[in-house]
Amino acid sequence: MEAEALRVLIVDDEEELVSAVEERLNLRGFQATGVTTGTEAMEYLADRPCDVVLLDVKMPGVGGLEVIKRIKEEHPGVEVILLTGHGSAQDADRGMQLGAFDYVMKPVKIDVLVRLLISAAERKAKGEA
Amino acid sequence: MTNDVSQGPTPEEGQDLLISQRRYRKMRIAAVLSVSVVAVVPLLIMTGVNAYQYQQALRTEVTSPLVRFAANGKQSLESFLSERLSALAMVVRERSYEELRDSRQLNRVLVNLRQAFGGFVDLGVIDEQGVQVSYAGPYELEGRSYSEYNWFHEVGMRGLYVSEVFMGYRNVPHFVIAIRQSTGAGSEFVLRATIDTDVINTLVGSLAVHRSGDAFIVNRENILQTASRLYGDVLERCPLPPFPFSTQAELIEVEDESGESLIASYAQIPRSPFTLVLLSPRGELHAGWLSLRQDVLIFLAISVLLILGVVIGGSTYVVNRAREADLKRAALYHKMEYTNKMAAIGRLGAGVAHEINNPLAIITEKAGLLQDLIMLSEEMPPKDKLMGLVNSVLKSADRCGGITHRLLGFAKHMEVQRETIDLDVLLQEVLGFLEKEAAYRNIQVDLDFPEEPPAVVSDRGQLQQVFLNIVNNAFAAVDDGGHIHIGIREVGSGAVTVTIADDGVGIPEDSLSRIFDPFFTTKKGAGTGLGLSITYGIVQKLGGQISVESKVGEGTCFTVTLPTGQAFP
Repeated sequence: MEAEALRVLIVDDEEELVSAVEERLNLRGFQATGVTTGTEAMEYLADRPCDVVLLDVKMPGVGGLEVIKRIKEEHPGVEVILLTGHGSAQDADRGMQLGAFDYVMKPVKIDVLVRLLISAAERKAKGEA
Repeated sequence: MTNDVSQGPTPEEGQDLLISQRRYRKMRIAAVLSVSVVAVVPLLIMTGVNAYQYQQALRTEVTSPLVRFAANGKQSLESFLSERLSALAMVVRERSYEELRDSRQLNRVLVNLRQAFGGFVDLGVIDEQGVQVSYAGPYELEGRSYSEYNWFHEVGMRGLYVSEVFMGYRNVPHFVIAIRQSTGAGSEFVLRATIDTDVINTLVGSLAVHRSGDAFIVNRENILQTASRLYGDVLERCPLPPFPFSTQAELIEVEDESGESLIASYAQIPRSPFTLVLLSPRGELHAGWLSLRQDVLIFLAISVLLILGVVIGGSTYVVNRAREADLKRAALYHKMEYTNKMAAIGRLGAGVAHEINNPLAIITEKAGLLQDLIMLSEEMPPKDKLMGLVNSVLKSADRCGGITHRLLGFAKHMEVQRETIDLDVLLQEVLGFLEKEAAYRNIQVDLDFPEEPPAVVSDRGQLQQVFLNIVNNAFAAVDDGGHIHIGIREVGSGAVTVTIADDGVGIPEDSLSRIFDPFFTTKKGAGTGLGLSITYGIVQKLGGQISVESKVGEGTCFTVTLPTGQAFP
């Protein structure tokens, strides 16, 4: 774990949120990168390897559910954790059906997020093995 | 808010009450008047008609015996007179003048007449010169001359004579009948008989109809010929006005000198100076009627009072019930309107909560990062880094504040108040709530506002509700990526239209006419069916109009027309 930092991609339309989470994860030894649209996320994944995607469900333009669908199609190995707001339980269920590892409601406690990221990465590792 | 809900909203209640009380008072007066007229007038007419008929019947009942008795009495008196005149006529035909001049023969005739007819007191034969040549009777009247007497000349003229009643020598009332006859020797004589009035008195006395009535005979000068119960004895003057000539029994109403009103039936006896008079005091006639009239009036008064009481009570009760029902309905409507608005706000609330969540998440993360930097870094992080984070937190908090402020501003306009409203600003406020949804669902909202949109004087809270309902419906109707077009246009002077058009599913034609009906909904299970009905009610109340056009698959367009000016009801 320590030797290989987990590669995390954060996708959310709130730039401020993305930058803060990115920095906090980096401080905890992750290798985190943030983007603010679904399109950017797909472009990023096309070029660079990634372990877990932290994905906001509600985004203007290409929405979170569309992104997870494409990730699962194009990069089936990448685990996705959904970030949802209040009143979007339906979206969360839909995301789980599409293959999300789990979902958390915003705002998220960093410790919870870290534990989830590690669990997701473990499943990914198991899957690859 | 919670307080408002439990008490129920009371907008306009004061105004409603004022209008209502006047309206219901009018309603009550109209009800009382119409029902009273309908109930009382026939009663009055029926009572009047009945009373009149009864009065007529009563009158007939009193007057008809009077007339009948008069006719009968006249008949009897006429017979009485003609019998005696016929008897005299027979005597002068059967007996010669010479025979009659013989007092003994005349006495026999008198005895026969008394036996056959009665009432004869004496008989006398008077020659052409007026000298009584023979006499049979209780007095010594032979040789007496009647040449100076009126009656003697009259019998000479007419051949037949019936005198008025007089006292004469005997000082008892009697009258005279006389008949003229030729002697056979070129001259004439008169047979004269004195008739006792006892028979007539008895006859007339039996004719009085009532105990308080009277029956008597007067001559042409209104001198009593028989005793009257009311006006004195024989030969006294009867104080009644003279009776017009009639041999038929007539009925008249007269007033005597004492002012008493009487009903009189009278008839002249032919070939005599006598008029038979039957009197009945009017009071007699009226006594029955008066007591009946009193009963009728009391009955009528009680009936009318009862009817009026019931009508006033009933009308008041019904109108009060109607008013209560109206007030209840109005209160219910206000409550429904309020509930609908709260439901709309509730729907918004979900969206708002999500919106607030984003800045909240930023605050959490920025603050968390700040904590991380302090806890995890060995040296103090640079000042500008810290300031950047703190500014982010403050900015996000401001964002939250803005959102809650907007929601509160929207929810608080519950009381009706007039103010000048810029429609474009109001529509922007409404759209502010749906901004995020539009963004997430890629719904394009086009605004077509004139450079200086007309301001309207209206109620802000109500207008917000109207447009929020319609725009919410438009959002529900369109698919992701759909279009909504909102336009403001001034039409003519004093009116402005707001059109909200979408390219959504559209409304089927058969539903179109019903979409403003309460409880009609096309959102199966998701809607109350109150939104548009309440929207319709509010627009009406604000003095405006709302219309809708729609085509399935092409979209729906709502047009709200509002008065701009002071034409607020």
